[in-house]
Amino acid sequence: MRTVQVTRRVDPHVNIDRYDPEAELMLLHFGPQHPSTHGVFRMDLTLDGEIVVKAVPHVGFLHRAVEKLCESLAYVQITPIVDKNDYVAPMTNEQALNMAFEKLLNLEVPRRARWMRSLFAELQRIASHLLWLGTFALDLGGALGGGSTVFIYCFRERELILDLFEEVTGARFHYNTHTIGGNRHDLPAGWSAKVHSALNVIAGRIHEYEEMTLHNKIFVARTKGVGVLDADLALELGVSGPILRASGVDHDLRRDAPFHAYDEVPVRPVTATGGDCFARAQVRLGEIRESIRLVRAMVDNVPVGSINSGKPIKVPVQTKIPPGQAYVAIETPRGELGTYLISDGSQFPYRLKIRPPSLHALSALPYILPGATVSDAVAILGSLDPIMGEVDR
Amino acid sequence: MTSSPAASYLPIAVVLLLAVAMGAIVSSLSSLFGPKNPNPVKSTIFEAGSEPAPGTARQRFAVKFYVVALLFIVFDVETVFLYPWAVNFRALGWFGYAEMFVFAATLVVGLVYVWKKGALSWET
Amino acid sequence: MSGFVHGLSYGAVIVTVLMTVTAFSLWFERKLAARMQSRLGPTLVGPAGILQPIADVLKLLQKEDIVPLKADAVLFNLAPPVAVVCAIGVAAAVPFSPTVVAADLDVGVLYVLAIGAVTVLPVFTAGWASNNKLALLGGMRAVAQSVSYEVPLVLAALVPVILAGSMRIGAIVQFQSDHHWFVAWPFFLGIPAFVIFVLAMLAEANRIPFDIPEAESELVAGVTTEYTGMKFALFYMAEYVHTLVASAVASALFLGGWDGGPFRPGLHWMVLKTLFLFAGLYWIRWTLLRFRSDQLMRLCWRYLVPSSIALVATAGVWVVFVG
Repeated sequence: MRTVQVTRRVDPHVNIDRYDPEAELMLLHFGPQHPSTHGVFRMDLTLDGEIVVKAVPHVGFLHRAVEKLCESLAYVQITPIVDKNDYVAPMTNEQALNMAFEKLLNLEVPRRARWMRSLFAELQRIASHLLWLGTFALDLGGALGGGSTVFIYCFRERELILDLFEEVTGARFHYNTHTIGGNRHDLPAGWSAKVHSALNVIAGRIHEYEEMTLHNKIFVARTKGVGVLDADLALELGVSGPILRASGVDHDLRRDAPFHAYDEVPVRPVTATGGDCFARAQVRLGEIRESIRLVRAMVDNVPVGSINSGKPIKVPVQTKIPPGQAYVAIETPRGELGTYLISDGSQFPYRLKIRPPSLHALSALPYILPGATVSDAVAILGSLDPIMGEVDR
Repeated sequence: MTSSPAASYLPIAVVLLLAVAMGAIVSSLSSLFGPKNPNPVKSTIFEAGSEPAPGTARQRFAVKFYVVALLFIVFDVETVFLYPWAVNFRALGWFGYAEMFVFAATLVVGLVYVWKKGALSWET
Repeated sequence: MSGFVHGLSYGAVIVTVLMTVTAFSLWFERKLAARMQSRLGPTLVGPAGILQPIADVLKLLQKEDIVPLKADAVLFNLAPPVAVVCAIGVAAAVPFSPTVVAADLDVGVLYVLAIGAVTVLPVFTAGWASNNKLALLGGMRAVAQSVSYEVPLVLAALVPVILAGSMRIGAIVQFQSDHHWFVAWPFFLGIPAFVIFVLAMLAEANRIPFDIPEAESELVAGVTTEYTGMKFALFYMAEYVHTLVASAVASALFLGGWDGGPFRPGLHWMVLKTLFLFAGLYWIRWTLLRFRSDQLMRLCWRYLVPSSIALVATAGVWVVFVG
């Protein structure tokens, strides 16, 4: 396996006083109210001309104390709260959370429910990567130009997937469809035909996106060799998901620690070797294709049976989880989303810690931004696909 | 247009005057019709929603921009000299062409020089 | 005295027509972009949303006029009108037909290029006067970009001057009318020169893929970050007028101006060609992503400048040898 290696590593805590006494450095606050900070994120960039010398990321503008709030909520009440963490792929939040509860309860999730969770996760991955592609094009091409064209095309396709979810759960975005021991909503009749027709539309248009991005000279010029993250640094920082795979590390929890139904439907992780923004785009576009393959393989073969663990919870608010600790991690579109639960046996969690993949991705910024221009900084930030909802929680 | 060269510029001057008048009127319209509720926060500089970082924006800037300015002056002045030549080109014939070729060659030599000196690489 | 009346009447006509066309080109661009993105675009104000620009102006009129405390108020207020004056000033010397022209100067090409080049001045003034780092970066980028692309622009415009042997735009059009449009013959000179001219023109008017001075995903709104209301609108207007007038210049220099080929020449041909080119620029704008500033500079100095010098030299050989 070839991985990305760099010899010279940037010191993120560089003392700018010793940088170059001749240079006139400029401190620029980049964000939080900035078109391309993907929500409310702030970087303090020290610039020499247009070159970033030092970057200090600041998070916390969207902090909602979700973890603390969860400590005073009954277990079933937590699901709709964490839904809002990763607001681009809400389903994955619910899955990681409920899997932690199930692990501590020692609850066997029915096979049908596990298949449905896999199915939803893959559809969510397609939707999330489409939205990433659109916003990344906005970062590169501007809201008043070619970027917005890609953006709107991507949204058009994402809409098809949201329609599918709406048909299952009744909600378009914050679903609250997963619960302890299974799912709330069963698949409606005739749903798989709609999935197929939606996927056919998306699969037929993926090559258009590749034409507009990976095969576009300007896109390549803007992303190749920009924001190179080497594999060692990525592993050190705990970066996961597509960003890690773009650095050449073949790591995918769906294959390496199968959850849901991934032990029955093998996943072929997509990797790239560049470690730059271009490689990240390659990986994500490849993952859309892979997810389409997975959904097509799964949607007609969802096993029949119950979608919940057999004994429906009648008074869910009083569900108690035996004392203990559990950590569950799943592969979301952004990487390893972990939920660490400590229970003291009461009906509220003693401590609930969420490990968001985006936070770890952002921690790479001080290492990969120095040396890039302001334009590159925007591209690099966009390529990390940060979701501030889950970074700040 | 048989009038004297100076007279042919008169219409241009009048158009420019009209444009100045229009620009002045339009740019003052907002202060005439718009609301006026200034407050200290509104009147600060926008720096992506944060407090503006200390230090002024008007400071010395990276030198490569000045290199571009120097290059521009050299090349633009040279190219402007080509214009009178171009107009009288037919009358001058091969001789004029050879003369201008020497002139343009110095231009190319200059370009090659700055290229080799690395002034055309903006990578770092 | 007749020159004064002539200038006044044509000036009034040019200013009014340009403003109207600019306003409706806004509507046209929004509709075009919407269709390219499978949207509808403006639909509510007037039939098919055609009155949308007027609604936009009325909205901008009601915006508060903010001058930041730390800004240089004089320069800050001066920049937007100057931008519009430069853009309109170019239009004064562009002949739309043998008669529809304010002044067909005998150094028309030079005048157009000179005033066109001044448009970078208000942009930089705005960036500097705002005392905003984002605006300053935008202003710096604008200067570096416009000034660099000025060189290939001037050299590309030299090709029709050499071929026609005159700097009077009217004479260049007449020459093409008598012989061939320059993009048709000699096409190996006309087409590359036209392409370089259009590219440099896009860069001068700060259009995508060369719109890095106001790259809103990087610099929020670049030099216009601190501007509100009608002053912001003036910058916007200047950009559109500049693009429109530059399209007209390109049509006159390379596409035969008011000459209609086998058909009767007339004003309508010039208008059609200009609008066609204008729409083409929008097509580019809504299709391409944007370059990075160093890539732009490299494109200009390493490719466009050498190739335009070569074009001028070839044009000289062509004229001596054939003409």
